[in-house]
Amino acid sequence: MSTSLRNNAVLAGVLLLPLGVLLGAFWIPEAKGDPAFRIFYLHVPIALTAYGCFGVGAWKALRLLWKGERRYDLESYTAIHMGVIFGLLTLVTGSIWAKYAWGTWWSWGERQLVLFLILFLFYSSYFMLRYSTDPGPRRERNSAVYALFGVTLIPVSFLAIRIAGTILHPTVFTHEGPQMTWEIFTIFLISFAGMLALAATLYRVELAGKRIDASLRELRELLA
Amino acid sequence: MSGYAADVAALARKDLLLELRSRDTLPAMLLFVVSALTVFHFALPSGSSARAETGLLWIAIIFTALLGLARAFAAEREEGALDGLVLAPCDRSAIWLGKTIGVTAFLVLAEAVALPAFALFFHPLSWELVAAVALADLGIAAIGTLLAAMAAASRARELILPLMFLPLVIPVVIGGVGASVSANPGSFLGFLGLYDAVFAILCWASFEYVVTE
Amino acid sequence: MTTAEKYVTGAYLVLLGALLAYLIIIALKVGRLEQELADLTRAAREKQGG
Repeated sequence: MSTSLRNNAVLAGVLLLPLGVLLGAFWIPEAKGDPAFRIFYLHVPIALTAYGCFGVGAWKALRLLWKGERRYDLESYTAIHMGVIFGLLTLVTGSIWAKYAWGTWWSWGERQLVLFLILFLFYSSYFMLRYSTDPGPRRERNSAVYALFGVTLIPVSFLAIRIAGTILHPTVFTHEGPQMTWEIFTIFLISFAGMLALAATLYRVELAGKRIDASLRELRELLA
Repeated sequence: MSGYAADVAALARKDLLLELRSRDTLPAMLLFVVSALTVFHFALPSGSSARAETGLLWIAIIFTALLGLARAFAAEREEGALDGLVLAPCDRSAIWLGKTIGVTAFLVLAEAVALPAFALFFHPLSWELVAAVALADLGIAAIGTLLAAMAAASRARELILPLMFLPLVIPVVIGGVGASVSANPGSFLGFLGLYDAVFAILCWASFEYVVTE
Repeated sequence: MTTAEKYVTGAYLVLLGALLAYLIIIALKVGRLEQELADLTRAAREKQGG
């Protein structure tokens, strides 16, 4: 597929997102037992997209360490940047859902929320690392290794939180979702696809901005 | 393989000998951990459970480790010796392994004082807690050494090391506290072993990318 | 609006708000980059002519 065709396809994909939103809002009658279930159409795709961004960031980081091509650094950085944004949105939408479902804005018993909190803290430190290190191959490699640590932390933390279970905090609350009918699943897929397309578009825009920044800086140094 | 092992042994021995002569890191760690435990006594209102006290022990260990790690590459940095080490004809990962062994030794020595102090100030220890502390030491030293090397490149190295370290060490705290207080410590100890193995391999493989220019 | 609908609307509005905020940030960034580019172009011209 040529680049422009792919770009147009991704942009078109972004339209899927409002479609999924509208369908979720109006087509399905509210789920029995959890009237705020519709947040599911936002919260879970956002969470999955965040994981995807961190995964892409780690992949680009691996390519950087393996091949040594400089461009992978900005690509990895942008992917993780997107991941943090979507991670923050996961925490916020998850919190809103928690407030509706259980009356509290935060619950230590909700495994996904706790996992995202840990990841959010970890990847925010990624930015601290980048900001406080001077640009150059050292920073690129440190960032790449840190990105790989992040993606390793995801399953390890998930396992830790899982075995901790009731030892550390009582899991009193669960989401009683409705049965996954094909309608719900379809809307979910549409929403998820739209969210991925949105992330891909934002990624492209952000990456272009970062690349222009770097080029302008180089130009300034050449002209000075 | 004996060349590699010899390199690692030489590096670890160098760190321990250096500490034996200058005595600047370990005494500070010992004093810090006992002071921390004292502060914890005052921080816990009376009637606090034994479980809360055990949790705080783990906090003390984590922050004592951070104190030691902040000094991990200090000697190399002050003498400019890290470049020399990196140029030496040894596998760079041997530097990591040697340094990690050194840090583990410091941690164990600090805990040899901290754990009896805790038993004295608060309540007796279980063997599960000691086993968990031993396993946790390995993981903490492994990732701490790598992160310290990363932080060395940063302008704000004293700040960035704790920032990077804490999220990564949360699973260790979960495993350690779980093993110390739960009725089923086996799964938590097993988890700590898994954490150690996974992150040790990752650190061992990626150290050379972190120290080369 | 029932409380459920309030929360659902809130969640969707958060997403919309985040998107708009991002758009504004990108727009400001493009403005800054254009300014920087104009400065550098001027500096390059002076260097050429001077």
